[in-house]
Amino acid sequence: MKILLIIISYIGLAMSIVPSVLVFLGKIDMQTNTTLMAVGMVLWFGTSPFWINKKTDKDNAADN
Amino acid sequence: MSPQTQNTGPAVNEYEREPVPAAAQKGWRSFLGMYAGEHTAGTEFVIGPLFVAHGVGAFDFFAGLILGNILAVLSWGLMTAPIATSKRMTLYYQLERICGYKMVSIYNVVNALMFCFLAGSMIAVSATAVGIPFNLTMPTLTTWLPTSVGWVLVVLLIGFLTTLVAIKGYNQVARFANVAAPWMILIFMAAALAILPELGVTRFSDFWAVANKVIWTGIPLEGVSKFSFWHVLFFAWFCNMAMHIGMSDLTILRYAKSWKYGFLSFSGMFIGHFIAWISSGILYAAFLQSSNFSTEFAPGPIAYGAAGVAGAVCVVVAGWSTANPTIYRAGLALQGVFPKMKTWKVTAWVGAVTTIAACFPALVMKLLDFVALYGLVLMPMGAVIFADFYLSPRYGITQEMAYNRNISFSYATFFTWLITLAVCLGLNLGFGIDIFFLGLPGWFIAVFTFLILSKTIYPKGKEALV
Repeated sequence: MKILLIIISYIGLAMSIVPSVLVFLGKIDMQTNTTLMAVGMVLWFGTSPFWINKKTDKDNAADN
Repeated sequence: MSPQTQNTGPAVNEYEREPVPAAAQKGWRSFLGMYAGEHTAGTEFVIGPLFVAHGVGAFDFFAGLILGNILAVLSWGLMTAPIATSKRMTLYYQLERICGYKMVSIYNVVNALMFCFLAGSMIAVSATAVGIPFNLTMPTLTTWLPTSVGWVLVVLLIGFLTTLVAIKGYNQVARFANVAAPWMILIFMAAALAILPELGVTRFSDFWAVANKVIWTGIPLEGVSKFSFWHVLFFAWFCNMAMHIGMSDLTILRYAKSWKYGFLSFSGMFIGHFIAWISSGILYAAFLQSSNFSTEFAPGPIAYGAAGVAGAVCVVVAGWSTANPTIYRAGLALQGVFPKMKTWKVTAWVGAVTTIAACFPALVMKLLDFVALYGLVLMPMGAVIFADFYLSPRYGITQEMAYNRNISFSYATFFTWLITLAVCLGLNLGFGIDIFFLGLPGWFIAVFTFLILSKTIYPKGKEALV
């Protein structure tokens, strides 16, 4: 389950940046870009809170 | 630039009056991520565009940013981190040991006031995004007063919610900031990349020519002063002056296993203060082109135009996630002055002052000057810590004077602060030296004055004269 959440989160992040690259390359229009970015935002904020802070806590513990 | 937002909340805010023990020290990864997130904040949506408005040339902008950011990283690595990892104490306790608790109280009040204005500017930035669906009249570059009743209502609403969260749930905000940081960085980059074709950049090889002709043209907007390479360099170096040369980050870096972790601030400087400033500058240039050089200055609509809903949300999140811990920290600073007052009451008062300040768009339009002033005002105390640590033994001055000689108010420190700021004011008013350039001479003045006054007022081996 956690793996699935992480995958969805990274898809969300990818949807925040990749469409802009495609706009720059002239492959999609601005309207499609903003829609995809909004979807990416929902995916990221909908899934990352369930794992990112746990990962940060774990990293901090590993640092100590 | 931003105040401390992540991984430094109350949950880890321990060892207030003792050195951080080895077991509590943290590895490099904590600092790398923290600096990257901390310096990609709401202020970045304002600073990048203001450089465009002030007519910085493209070469001046890039060269100034690179050199200024390197100097900032060196300041953290060579000045702040060695003292932090040697003493391992908070800024406040370190200052108290040098200048006494009464003097620290004055510092706390000034610090809190600065925090209030900084948080206020971020609430105003958020308001420009929240106001989009309400079709609010947005402020322009020359707007200092509230633009409308609607503006005031939106600011009051955001200020109220931000204060409420600062009172109730700081930890959750810190955790939310961890979630938001990587996304915000990508939104900055994505929005700029998507808007580049509108400016005429369709291949990366076009960028430099367009940057010179359309973005950082070297010509300021009407009614705005011209900025040079030196403005950019000194601003990039000193916009976080309170944190590095001013030693605020002693509180964070005391947890570092090695003094070399101070150099990890490069992540914040070259993501937040380089990529994000470039990106927000590009967005503003595109806005200027599409609006026929409108003087409106509102990060919300600018980001919305380039990245849609995600852009507007990014402005709200960036502004809010900066304002919230800033209000919280201002409350903490003031609680040291009013220890009997309940935390929530102190935070509520801070929130009220912040919200009132946020009603005035002048805080946003003059953010560059305010950030420079913020660093300058707090810098002399950092210079005092530096002089106490490195120079006091060499010149026969008692280190940590207040602690070792039971002094509650160090006149040497107080007058160092006053004299430094008075001379800087004189340089500004009398010789017309811009506020951005005063930090460097000010630091030398502060160190020199502190040594002279300490030697004179508190001679070693004798009782204090005052």
